[in-house]
Amino acid sequence: MTPSNTTNTVGEPSTPRQSTQQAIELILLRQWASYIKTPIWITSADGYLLFFNEPAEQIIGIRFGESGPMPVNELVSRFEIRDEYGAPIEAQALPLAVAVAQRKPAHSRLRVRAVGGEYVPIAVTAFPIEGQGGRFLGAVAMFWEDRKA
Amino acid sequence: MKAVLWGTRGSLGSASAETVVYGGDTSSVELVTSRGTILVLDAGSGVRRLGAAVPADVKRVDLLLTHLHMDHIQGLGFFGPMYNPNIETHVWGPASTNATLRTRLSRYLSPPLFPVCVRDLPNVFFHDVMPGTFEIDDATITADFICHPDPTLGYRIEADGASIAYMPDHEPALGAELPYRPDPEWTSGYCIARGVDVLIHDAQYTEAEYLTHVGWGHSSMRQTTAFATLAEVGQLVSFHHDPSHSDSMLEEIAEKISTDENLRFKFFPGKEGVEFHVGRCC
Repeated sequence: MTPSNTTNTVGEPSTPRQSTQQAIELILLRQWASYIKTPIWITSADGYLLFFNEPAEQIIGIRFGESGPMPVNELVSRFEIRDEYGAPIEAQALPLAVAVAQRKPAHSRLRVRAVGGEYVPIAVTAFPIEGQGGRFLGAVAMFWEDRKA
Repeated sequence: MKAVLWGTRGSLGSASAETVVYGGDTSSVELVTSRGTILVLDAGSGVRRLGAAVPADVKRVDLLLTHLHMDHIQGLGFFGPMYNPNIETHVWGPASTNATLRTRLSRYLSPPLFPVCVRDLPNVFFHDVMPGTFEIDDATITADFICHPDPTLGYRIEADGASIAYMPDHEPALGAELPYRPDPEWTSGYCIARGVDVLIHDAQYTEAEYLTHVGWGHSSMRQTTAFATLAEVGQLVSFHHDPSHSDSMLEEIAEKISTDENLRFKFFPGKEGVEFHVGRCC
């Protein structure tokens, strides 16, 4: 009897994709985000902003349908972002940047001067998206208005 | 490449006088390349007769499972080649986060659910498949996770200058606005189906049935044709018919699709026992 039932794994994780279709995990995440009232950003593994939902549009001041995907840094540069005490904060310290670069969850209280011109206190929680087989697919950031900040 | 549909029914076997044309066996498709490579797509109840038809002198059979729902594996214990020590049987299926394919299949292939254990099978090899491309003899297989509850793969098989995509359980329209107008970048399974000669795809529900089964992992006929149009396939084979759908009902649905003047591909309904050829043939 041949030693049977050996197991191996095929198919190398390949992210970000070179093809024109996103991973199923991101597709489902985007669909879910489109139903959620909480503002959400979704980025690819290389920090490219793939999607933000309608509640996020109200913070950003632009519609995703108009802007489309863009480098997340390009979007962030449109705002003045400070820490919860009003001090400047480096872009790489923002929760989404941490989730992408360090592949770990991050949370911060921030003040953001957005479309309206006044600083808005927000809380941001970001986490990495790891798909089947440990494929790193990107990150998600969720935002809350945070009057305690 | 030759293809034979040994089982086209979805969810549950449905043998009756009302299903003799489309068949009652669950998902199983045989592909044979011009060099004799045998690929078996899913092990629904149709795989029993498929296995019985495998020539005695075959040395290897590759069985590609899309996922482990019962209607896709229930024929596994009755697949003759797995009991033949002279045949290498390679079982390929979706990787999961917490157990190997072998371990997960062992839940079914072990008492009290089944009298034979995986360890009793003489010459079987298991392969946990992640999204990517791999070769089986002269066939190139591309696998990707697609939208269906629990890890589920769609397969694209390329051989003999032709391509076939197999997605028997697939709900690309989940969460989309209806009527479904897909966008390639955000459509599950697009890369698997893009430009294939033949797409074998889930068409379980009528439009009305889909509305009460959103999230169950299946498609309506119209969603399937929209997906096939987006992917610019050459031919569409409807598959995974609902167990409650009779031959007459399926013929009526097929007639509506076939007479659609806007259809950009050939359509034929998946009927058990149908054989077709694409590209060079054996």
